Amino acid sequence: MSEEIKNFLYLNRRAPYGTIYAWESLEVVLIGAAFDQKVSLAFVDDGVFQIVKGQKTEQIGMKNFSPTYSALGDYDVNQLYVERESLEERGLTVDDLMHLTWEDEDEDWAEKDSIRVVSRAEMAEIITQQDVVFSF
Amino acid sequence: MSDLHTINKSPFEKSSFDSCMEHVLEGSAVLLYEDGVYAALKGTAAEGKVKSVQGVKVYALGPDLNARGLQEERVIDGVEIVDYAGFVDLAAKHDKVVAWV
Repeated sequence: MSEEIKNFLYLNRRAPYGTIYAWESLEVVLIGAAFDQKVSLAFVDDGVFQIVKGQKTEQIGMKNFSPTYSALGDYDVNQLYVERESLEERGLTVDDLMHLTWEDEDEDWAEKDSIRVVSRAEMAEIITQQDVVFSF
Repeated sequence: MSDLHTINKSPFEKSSFDSCMEHVLEGSAVLLYEDGVYAALKGTAAEGKVKSVQGVKVYALGPDLNARGLQEERVIDGVEIVDYAGFVDLAAKHDKVVAWV
């Protein structure tokens, strides 16, 4: 196996619960995190709904997997790009999203934000800079 | 990088086509296949975006057009029809594939 480190982007474009895509993406992200690659996540279109705070799923009989996003930082998955236009089209702001953080061991475990809100044009650049894009 | 963006959903049912067209960069290519080929037709609400995208070559998969009864003359001028081998060539010659599923 090559030891070359590649940039992997998980492109999330679907809302949670209505389909299995969001959960499946999260599962693959966690599996992929074990392989020491550079991993980032993008939330575009309805994908931004995945990280809305305050999800409560008891009454629909499905597992609430939103707390798992908070654990991503512990797996060195700490670059979550959220598209500003997708938020705005859905009446959301960054304040509606979960506060996702990671601890930077190079800076005495300082807590840092994982979410970066970027423009659609910036998202296009982020996508093209990757070696591999997984779409969900 | 020069990427191959693929769209396999109808532009009238899903946002895949619109999102792709808003994220594709000059020098990249778009391949329409499965229900994505409906975006390749003349006279639809999608035609303007296919024609106006700058520096981006658009392809449509012939077998999926044929399966849906869509004749070549209905395809927007400038959209190149490819077969499965052409799909493989496109995937191979670009840096990566970005799927808008």
